[in-house]
Amino acid sequence: MTAPAPAPRLTGSARLVALVAQREIMARLRSKSFLISSAILLLVVLAGIVFGSITAATPENPRIAASDPSLLDGIDVVEVVPVGTVDEAEDLVRSGDVEAAVVPDDSTPLGLRVIADSTEPRGLLLLLSETPPLELLDPDAVPGGLAYLVAFAFGIVFFAAGMSFGPTIAQSVVEEKSTRVIEILLAAVPTRVLFTGKVLGTSVLAFAQIALVSAMAIVGLTVTGQDALLVSLGAPVVWFVAFFVLGFVLLASLFAGTGAMVSRLEDVGATTTPVMMLVMIPYFLVIFFNDNPLVVGIMSYVPFSAPIAMPLRLFLGSAQWWEPFAALGILALTTVALIAVGVRIYENSLLRLGARVSWREAIRG
Amino acid sequence: MLEIRNLDKRYGARQVLDDVSFDVHPGRMTGFVGGNGAGKTTTMRIILGVLAADGGTVTLDGVPLRDGGRRRFGYMPEERGLYPKMRVLEQLVYLARLHGLDTATATRNARELVERLGLSERADEPVEKLSLGNQQRAQIAAALVHDPEVLVLDEPFSGLDPIAVETIVDVLADRAASGVPVLFSSHQLDIVERLCDDLVIIADGRIRVAGPRTALRAQHTTLRYELLTSADTAWLREQPGIDVVEFDGDYALFDAADEDAVQRVLREATARGAVLSFARQHPTLAQIFKEVVQ
Repeated sequence: MTAPAPAPRLTGSARLVALVAQREIMARLRSKSFLISSAILLLVVLAGIVFGSITAATPENPRIAASDPSLLDGIDVVEVVPVGTVDEAEDLVRSGDVEAAVVPDDSTPLGLRVIADSTEPRGLLLLLSETPPLELLDPDAVPGGLAYLVAFAFGIVFFAAGMSFGPTIAQSVVEEKSTRVIEILLAAVPTRVLFTGKVLGTSVLAFAQIALVSAMAIVGLTVTGQDALLVSLGAPVVWFVAFFVLGFVLLASLFAGTGAMVSRLEDVGATTTPVMMLVMIPYFLVIFFNDNPLVVGIMSYVPFSAPIAMPLRLFLGSAQWWEPFAALGILALTTVALIAVGVRIYENSLLRLGARVSWREAIRG
Repeated sequence: MLEIRNLDKRYGARQVLDDVSFDVHPGRMTGFVGGNGAGKTTTMRIILGVLAADGGTVTLDGVPLRDGGRRRFGYMPEERGLYPKMRVLEQLVYLARLHGLDTATATRNARELVERLGLSERADEPVEKLSLGNQQRAQIAAALVHDPEVLVLDEPFSGLDPIAVETIVDVLADRAASGVPVLFSSHQLDIVERLCDDLVIIADGRIRVAGPRTALRAQHTTLRYELLTSADTAWLREQPGIDVVEFDGDYALFDAADEDAVQRVLREATARGAVLSFARQHPTLAQIFKEVVQ
């Protein structure tokens, strides 16, 4: 009796990790829900850009009737409709053909009178009034509205990636447990290889999706003539990408670990909720406190919120040159530590079927 | 040879495996038999390294098994499991590659198995769309697709119709014939009896019997004979050294005290009429099992 000639075995860990990651990616790309949610995300971004370009476009000048066009001399943002008499002007105002009318009135200090239908034409009144000279002490600072918008953009991208891919990886871990395919997998590959492959596969997908969204945003902003915004966002976006990569791997590891603690898909929320909180809290903090330098300053160093807060500070110009490096270093160390925690929970929980594994068992083993 | 030595496993205060030792020889089918909760699945999971033992060793050809050493094993877990949404062929190729085969060999093996197990028409369907019987075939294919050098199969025949059982039996016999040690557990003692070369019986976490099936049978075979004649067999009751177990006119089943008593009965029977059948009764595996476990 002779054993069959053993086929050569390809056993490199890197090859196995790549295999697992590849399967993870293919499984996701085949899932209709993933494709649909990705398409929706792209559409939302596209809609945002188009909406932005419409509102940013210069509005049409209001039509103003004037019995004496010289009354509106020096005001070039209105379209003057010349009229003969005050009565004629009033008719046009009533019919809605013009927004308001300006007629001479010697009884007023300005020597004119404004006629409007039912609402006060504030814009016109401002144009006709004297404004005192204004001196801006910090003309280069980012206006509050734009700061909010950028904070929101960084926040939503990181939040959306965490909220959509995080639970996905947890579910993928539970699926292997609930279908018991895990026993076959573990007989073939070490736990760490499986863990690394799953985290890597999901991360690559998340990065690809974000890259796609970014590419579309850049093209969209350029095409719609909003490229000025791009220039000021350049460096902060590069930093954001670096923070995003590390931050996402951190979250993915925690999701994979905590997912392994349950045996049924229905229960996955029970153990992943604390990780979800780590995704949600920074997002809401940055939305509500983006104008509070102290809160944003602290958040830019806390690993879970740094991917949102540090790029925001860079955009606002409130960070020293060394600060992003320091924050990135802290994030990198935390990521390494939490990958170890994720792997530990994963290894300790993977083959415990049935009841939910307690945190104590998951961490102590 | 796969050697299992002194395995111990406790869950809290409960001892589920107690000094479990046996061998699985190359080229031989070893049947692993025991009641529910006797420790079969636990033993198999320890062999495959998906469960850690509290004590004892598992060696293959004298080498202790470590991480990766089981990549050459084919395993069918008790709880069936494949990716439900992955297609059959694709899944087999993936598992073969995960066990270290290159893509070309993996694909060739997967196609061959799918064909041999009668799954060709279902090869491109997701596993969840298959009937239970076909899922079971796919599961067997998953255990075999990477040309394993050792096979460990937990209840490979449960849930299969008789035709499928025959197909699987053929496939497994082929693997054994090519020199692979095959360990399989089953509740279907008739299949085990027909299929296995060696037998391991476990009860309450302890090995009761382990060895070649023929030796075991010889050991448990008694001087029990069956007699069918053309005449009445009531005279048997009067024979010295004979204990009649069953009696029905021209048919009798009896235990003899020694060989001489057997020969006397045969002579007497031929003298009284035509002997239609005179045969020694071999115990079935079910009978041996009952006896060993009690």
